[in-house]
Amino acid sequence: MQVEKFYYDNKIVKWFAYATALWGIVGMTAGLWAAIQLYAPGAALNFAPTTFGRIRPVHTNAIIFAFVGNCIFTGVYYSLQRLCKARMFSDKLSRIHFWGWQGIIVSAAITLLLGFTTGKEYAELEWPIDIAITLVWVVFGINMFGTIIKRRERHLYVAIWFYIATWVTVALLHIVNSIEIPVSFLKSYSWYAGVQDALVQWWYGHNAVAFFLTTPILGLMYYFLPKAANRPVYSYRLSIIHFWALIFIYIWAGPHHLLYTALPDWAQSLGVVFSVMLIAPSWGGMLNGLFTLRGAWDKVREEPVLKFFVVAITCYGMATFEGPMLALKNVNAISHFTDWTIAHVHIGGLGWNGFMAFGMLYWLIPRMWATPLYSKKLATNHFWLGTIGIVIYAVPLYWAGFTQAQMWKTFTEEGQLKFQFLETVTHIIPMYITRSIGGSLYLIGALLMVYNLYKTIAKGSFIADEASEAAPLEKQTSHVRQYWHRWIESRPMTMLVFSLIVVAIGGAIEMIPTFLVKSNVPTIASVKPYTPLELQGRDIYVREGCYTCHSQMVRPFRDEVARYGEYSKAGEFVYDHPFQWGSKRTGPDLARVGGKYPDSWHYNHMMDPRIMSPGSIMPSYSWLLDNKIDTASTPAKIRAMQTLGVPYPKGYDKVANSDLMTQANSIRLSLKMDKMKLPKMQRS
Amino acid sequence: MSAIVILLIASISVAALFLAAFLWSVRNGQFDDDFSPPRRILFDDPITTPTDKTTE
Repeated sequence: MQVEKFYYDNKIVKWFAYATALWGIVGMTAGLWAAIQLYAPGAALNFAPTTFGRIRPVHTNAIIFAFVGNCIFTGVYYSLQRLCKARMFSDKLSRIHFWGWQGIIVSAAITLLLGFTTGKEYAELEWPIDIAITLVWVVFGINMFGTIIKRRERHLYVAIWFYIATWVTVALLHIVNSIEIPVSFLKSYSWYAGVQDALVQWWYGHNAVAFFLTTPILGLMYYFLPKAANRPVYSYRLSIIHFWALIFIYIWAGPHHLLYTALPDWAQSLGVVFSVMLIAPSWGGMLNGLFTLRGAWDKVREEPVLKFFVVAITCYGMATFEGPMLALKNVNAISHFTDWTIAHVHIGGLGWNGFMAFGMLYWLIPRMWATPLYSKKLATNHFWLGTIGIVIYAVPLYWAGFTQAQMWKTFTEEGQLKFQFLETVTHIIPMYITRSIGGSLYLIGALLMVYNLYKTIAKGSFIADEASEAAPLEKQTSHVRQYWHRWIESRPMTMLVFSLIVVAIGGAIEMIPTFLVKSNVPTIASVKPYTPLELQGRDIYVREGCYTCHSQMVRPFRDEVARYGEYSKAGEFVYDHPFQWGSKRTGPDLARVGGKYPDSWHYNHMMDPRIMSPGSIMPSYSWLLDNKIDTASTPAKIRAMQTLGVPYPKGYDKVANSDLMTQANSIRLSLKMDKMKLPKMQRS
Repeated sequence: MSAIVILLIASISVAALFLAAFLWSVRNGQFDDDFSPPRRILFDDPITTPTDKTTE
């Protein structure tokens, strides 16, 4: 057979690698800024775009989709070509993918800072960007499957399955969770309401962790770890088994984010069971990674790349042990809404994702520039700074989370709540300070890496097109009895369909009954659709990212009922597009808070929270006192809600604004009675 | 919405079949060559002789 000569495209790998480093620094800086605001509210600069509620989504989106996203693409574009013994399917598609993705990131950063958000965690981007993501993802898919189809190596290496599962599932998750009804160019309402929105959102949210932060990175691990250690993966069979088990089980675990909420009990239990089961395939991958280094631990002492990988895989093991534990209802009762969750995700983010990315870049750049790394010593320093940074980051937050949960739940002998909410916050501020020191160390480490890689690049010469040779695939003629797995491996499109089915089954079983069984969401007679002013106000709540610090979900615990009132029922949320249950209580729960305090209290509190609650760490929202509501948007919003089934009377969109003004004027009057200085009000 | 529901229910039944096939194959030890693929990736040298497909 004639051997074909071809070239690997390193240029696209280079671009994605640069983007990984750049967005990594940006995302971490945003995270550090957000962390500092938790003990120095002044760091919000009294400026809307830099308040915690807007910086935090920038941080999470930048880390997940920009830093880790570009890291995935770097690794996939490098390894896929070599595993398939083929250049990428189309250089043009590679370029469209790259620039499309960076365009999405930039527009995401701008719109999030300006307050355009859907209010659904990790899916905050508004509908035009959602569409752009879908298109670019399809481009990536065509490029990837095109490469797989024209490959010169029949066997699909385990890493490629992980990439395929990633592509399929992320596409599915993104589309299902992003179904929304546009109100204007940059504003939309989630198609789902309340409990259903929560279920879809956390089905998405959990699987974003699974299929964006886990499976593609495992794929990278199965390629780059054996390459860096120069030995085959410990057990190839284990990799096959844990792959299928992982993608099948992961998709079911989402409801563990909603334990003790108004989500139906059966869905919660299902989430718990599958979360506990997840430990097996997760640890399968972790052990397979670590055992790959059997007999090669001496190399770990010498090689910073392996050091990063070892800590990354260990963190993966820790996070995937902790995850199932946090999914147990009795543990979740303590951990949920506290900083415990934040610590947990950062073991995964800083440890697993970050260190895999760093290790991969340290391995890739010298290879593509055909020169040794500029300084191994500097890389080792980066490793230690990062590792110590993770510890100093995570331990105080575990401490803070546990402490705060205990304080929330403490009663005096007389049966009163012992601590005001604010006391439980000020108590853990030292931990917040320590955590930001840990984060700073980690960021400094990343900056060292950028310098080190820059110096490496400067002294090397880039190989844009790397020559290789391989024979083309023979047509399979023999019909020796083939095992089905082998059969699937050689048929990427079949495998694509199968993966989609495997993934859909989990989501379907959880979601269909909630949508269909009406009894899951009992309607409550007293729950009325939002008034036009409330609707506009709710949109401000969403815009300012209040859900990043406040929950709207009273769990059925003695302390929560004592603190916030009757526990939340599913029927209370039937008009909530999107749901705003939140996942973290940096501030107190705000369910049914309307009317609890006088209007003047809110007025002063928004102007400067510390006037009303000395020691509060909430940013001041003084600009909200002068901002005007765009009442022109009211009719469109009412109509959108009507489309979604909210029972406003027919033609209400035309008169909604007069109701809005009536309600606004009554608030204005009450503020006047309390002698607040008010800006002039205008009718628009 | 109902269209999606129907599609999803259909996919569940196919997936069940698929899963059964998977479990069956695991129990029967169906995975043949798990030796050469993990080793092959370690060699980036161009392949000069085509690999023997019949042994797979």
